Amino acid sequence: MAAWVPQDDQLLVIDIRDLLFRWDDAAPVVLVLGQLSIAPGEHIFIEGPSGSGKSTLLSLLAGVTAAQRGSVRVLGKDLERLSSVERDHFRADHIGYIFQMFNLIPYLSVVENVTLPCRFSSSRRAKAIARTGSLEQEARRLLDHLDMAHGDLLDRPVTTLSVGQQQRVAAARALMGSPELLIADEPTSSLDADRRESFVNLLFEECRQADSTLVFVSHDASLERLFGRTVDLAAINEAPHLAEAAS
Amino acid sequence: MKAPIFALAWKSLINRRLTAALTVLSIALSITLLIGVERLRTEARASFANTISGTDLIVGARSGPVQLLLYAVFRIGDASNNISWASYQEIARHPSVAWTVPLTLGDSHRGFRVLGTTAGYFEHYRFARDRSLDFAAGRPFHDLYDAVVGAEIAESLGYRPGDPIVVAHGASDVSFARHDDKPFRVVGILERTGTPVDRTVHVGLEAIEAIHIDWQRGAPIPGVSIDADQARVMDLQPKAITAALVGLKSKIVTFRVQRFINDYPQEPLTAVLPGVALSQLWDLIGIAENALLIVSTFVVIVGLFGMLTALLTSLNERRREMAILRSVGARPGHVFALIMGEAGFLTLLGVSLGILLLYALLLIGQPIVESRFGIFIGIGMPSRYEWILMGTVLLAGFLVGGIPSYRAYRLSLADGLSLRV
Repeated sequence: MAAWVPQDDQLLVIDIRDLLFRWDDAAPVVLVLGQLSIAPGEHIFIEGPSGSGKSTLLSLLAGVTAAQRGSVRVLGKDLERLSSVERDHFRADHIGYIFQMFNLIPYLSVVENVTLPCRFSSSRRAKAIARTGSLEQEARRLLDHLDMAHGDLLDRPVTTLSVGQQQRVAAARALMGSPELLIADEPTSSLDADRRESFVNLLFEECRQADSTLVFVSHDASLERLFGRTVDLAAINEAPHLAEAAS
Repeated sequence: MKAPIFALAWKSLINRRLTAALTVLSIALSITLLIGVERLRTEARASFANTISGTDLIVGARSGPVQLLLYAVFRIGDASNNISWASYQEIARHPSVAWTVPLTLGDSHRGFRVLGTTAGYFEHYRFARDRSLDFAAGRPFHDLYDAVVGAEIAESLGYRPGDPIVVAHGASDVSFARHDDKPFRVVGILERTGTPVDRTVHVGLEAIEAIHIDWQRGAPIPGVSIDADQARVMDLQPKAITAALVGLKSKIVTFRVQRFINDYPQEPLTAVLPGVALSQLWDLIGIAENALLIVSTFVVIVGLFGMLTALLTSLNERRREMAILRSVGARPGHVFALIMGEAGFLTLLGVSLGILLLYALLLIGQPIVESRFGIFIGIGMPSRYEWILMGTVLLAGFLVGGIPSYRAYRLSLADGLSLRV
């Protein structure tokens, strides 16, 4: 493991150093990372089979959990030094998140689902309003870009939308208020093969427009070629080696 | 940051409106029952206390105040002894006494008590906050064999003025000893009062004397028969009465007159203040009203448990919703507030709806209850005690809501951003 070296890393969106994480003191170590840096505007593909520590890494990046050792620095903030409430605020203000599926809250309309982050972050609300004048207009603009504003799509209950349509609404929500970091947790795994690529391309375009950095996690290697850079989590996570050494 | 979560709680609730409505309804019904029982209890007590009013003292032979009240006013049980006519006259002549009404009991008509009294009874007897006896039909008794019946008798036996009735000796419903040689005629029917007056046949004091003129020790004297018209010309001055109602010129002298009667040297007598005796009697009955209140309290608890069940059941299906909220920046505290807000809202709505329902029922039921049971239920603002009851239920609702809220809080901490489906 490399020693922690202070450096001028203002430029980095994500900077992970000497990370060691276990869910609790009795549990085995699940993630050990020497270094992982991601620069602004990068579209990065993180691949790894299940059990390689993907969901743990995403929890750490989103600030739902904190590292016991080492540092997870996002946008220049060491997340483990923040309180859990501060991390929740940080996530609300700076991170857009797309789940694998079931992204939408069933009792909210399409537009209400898209504007949801602005209920929890005043800075994203301000950015969204600054862009098109109102939250609803900004939501409609994003949905229009994602080809979701035609017909009666906006007026339908979200539960009647197809999986692909739901994922596009989720993307619009993640992009609402232009967060600096967009985390997508296998967002295409529930889509048909021919729709995956177009969804990824839509994400790229929107991220470019919003100046967002995209961290895209998937075990679907066929999408890898679309990305500028790939991180193989199984290769850089040293936790299995640690377990081997211990036994 | 609290307001957006309550807007979400509201929308989430609308989404589950059937369960929510059932929960609200069960809380509402339990509140209606609780406050309704409380109100009925208070009003029944007030109404009970007003069974007799305007009378300052009830006088009878020496006995306990409750027993005297029971036989003299409620026509329950029998007197242990009588008051001699001389003693009654002595009391009536007391300088502080404004009026007296004699009461003679002992006979019955088809299970209803027959009361021998004077026309003064209709003038002086008061009930329910100083209401006097009114005639629904007919008039007070004038002739020796006239009878005035209460509303319930008229209704259940279908009597109208002019109908003949026969008085039976004693209280027995199937009495074989009837005074059928001296039939009475119904001349008046009283308005419903909700008091024992409704179940009483009123006749003149002399009439009681007349029907017993050829009787001795509870049976007709063998070989002696005096017919109705012969009795009219005989001496019908009673030798004794059962009890008497006494009105005083001033309330200030009440205790002095009471002492005068209680210490009356010629005969052992008891004088009671109706209000005091009524509240003693109520203390005996009060156990039942407390039981009612306890039962309705349990109904409220059951209602709140219904809400707890509904909220806890919904939590599992809502874990996904909570992970989504967490992903857009909601804190576990927000998740707590989401469930808490829902519980609080359901309880508040339930309590409000329950009160509305109660007032609606009161508006519909008030005239019915008043005419059937003589209990006047005021439709005023809730009393202080009722406010306290409502506040307690609200507080209990919040406390009960804390259980699923805390569970949701723990779940969202543990789940983080993982979607549990």
